[in-house]
Amino acid sequence: MESNKIVSVSPHIYASTTTSTIMRDVLIALLPAVVASICFFGSQALIVEVLCIAVAVLCEWVFEKICKRPNTIGDLSAAVTGLLLALNLPVDIPLWQAAFGVFVAIVVVKQLFGGIGMNFANPAITARVVMLVAFSGTMTTWAIPNFSDAMSTATPLAIIANPEAVSATTSQATAAVVKLPTLLQMFLGARGGSMGETSVLALLLGGLYLIFRKVITWHTPIAFLATVYVLTALLGQEPLYQVMAGGLCIGAIFMATDYTTSPSTPAGKLVFGVGCGLITVFIRVWSNYPEGVSFSILLMNILNPFICEWTRTKPLGGVNA
Amino acid sequence: MKKSKFSILTNGIIKENPILVLVLGTCPFLAVTTQASNAIGMGAAVTFVLLCSNIIVSLLRKIIPDKVRIPCYIVVIASFVTLVQMIVKAFLPELDTSLGLFLPLIVVNCIILGRAEMFASKNGIVDSALDAIGMGIGYTLAMLVMASVREIVGNGTWYGIEIPVLVDNNILIMTMAPGGFAMFGILIAIVNKLSHGKAIKKKEFGCEGCPSAAACGQAGCTQKEAAVK
Repeated sequence: MESNKIVSVSPHIYASTTTSTIMRDVLIALLPAVVASICFFGSQALIVEVLCIAVAVLCEWVFEKICKRPNTIGDLSAAVTGLLLALNLPVDIPLWQAAFGVFVAIVVVKQLFGGIGMNFANPAITARVVMLVAFSGTMTTWAIPNFSDAMSTATPLAIIANPEAVSATTSQATAAVVKLPTLLQMFLGARGGSMGETSVLALLLGGLYLIFRKVITWHTPIAFLATVYVLTALLGQEPLYQVMAGGLCIGAIFMATDYTTSPSTPAGKLVFGVGCGLITVFIRVWSNYPEGVSFSILLMNILNPFICEWTRTKPLGGVNA
Repeated sequence: MKKSKFSILTNGIIKENPILVLVLGTCPFLAVTTQASNAIGMGAAVTFVLLCSNIIVSLLRKIIPDKVRIPCYIVVIASFVTLVQMIVKAFLPELDTSLGLFLPLIVVNCIILGRAEMFASKNGIVDSALDAIGMGIGYTLAMLVMASVREIVGNGTWYGIEIPVLVDNNILIMTMAPGGFAMFGILIAIVNKLSHGKAIKKKEFGCEGCPSAAACGQAGCTQKEAAVK
């Protein structure tokens, strides 16, 4: 006899949390960063963000239509991916390149691997890395933000990595000093960088909201940030500066905490965060790239199955496998 | 099972395409397909070597002792590759620089060794030559399609000719390794769709589904299948 009653094993706990409520919380948490991006980079930021969300939802809908899969645009995960990717792009990115990136994120990284919950790496991070390789010119051309006395459009990390090269590319009139933004400017967001990554204040507000709503736990972001802080201090860099620079905050709070691609146990989350932090600092200090947050999260995404296996909770009374 | 001459010739183009169905010789396929001109050059070189070595191996198939057949094939193939390499060096120095190491590496290209082992050593001269031509055309076509897409999308040019609009909006990753792998996967999927019209089902992984089954002759996998059943 068919009925609409569902038979399942205990425990029979009902929680009102669903994918769409979680994704809605993430969108709310990203709002301060969106406001900050419009504040510092003008209305073009809003155009890119709206376009990315629209293309993400469209890609998801069309792909699922073609493959006759259940329609999942209602769970808002595509919108979150689109917005996250937009916040990780420079404001002057050509719109077709942004759309290409969203296509890679939704169709290649997410849907081809089976849709939500099946992707092996964070779609937004992977798409950003693909775009960084595919459009290395436009992806590293930064606009001068409003409310800043910046002379150069380079990001603070690029200036730290290679001060001479940045001075050389700055025009004659301003070539005198290429100075780093102050710590306060870094915290508020008046510095060169991707749209959503510059304002540490806005990202922290979003992060606190997510922790308060129990959407994420503190483990991954704190482990990630603390590792970068300690390691850069040991290596003789300015630790507070390194923690606020680049995409570290948006990466630690919004990207490294993605449910599908990060461990679910507290111990696993700590390992994941520390691993991300180590790779980030290694790339920043010893590689040709000034910034390594997206690479570090992508690499740790790939290691995630092993971390999960390694940190699996032992059942009560069980023996070690 | 005797095949018609025409089906031997056309076999290599789609149904048993050496790269996209047999998945042989993928290393030069990924490495040199960044420009359409490279693809044509490489395709022509491989086709020539394949044709000559298939004919010679077919001629010598009753003389070569079974135990040392692979070294014998390699000697035959290497002679023709050396020939091709010298000709290219002398008359097409530009192609030589852009193909680089992959020209001498035709010696160990699986397609040529594979056809010598699977086809030429069991068939007559005419059939072997037709097989070589078909496989060569299939190889060159696959190279050309792959290289065209990668050059147009990745570089905004085709055969060195600049394409307006695209040349300023190239997607650089297509000319790099990740783009090559992605395009390779897409082409295999398209050929699969063309030759099967549907996703390959599990049972087709046995000898029935194997494109090399006719040339294989090794009863090994048939026996294993029978044992499983």
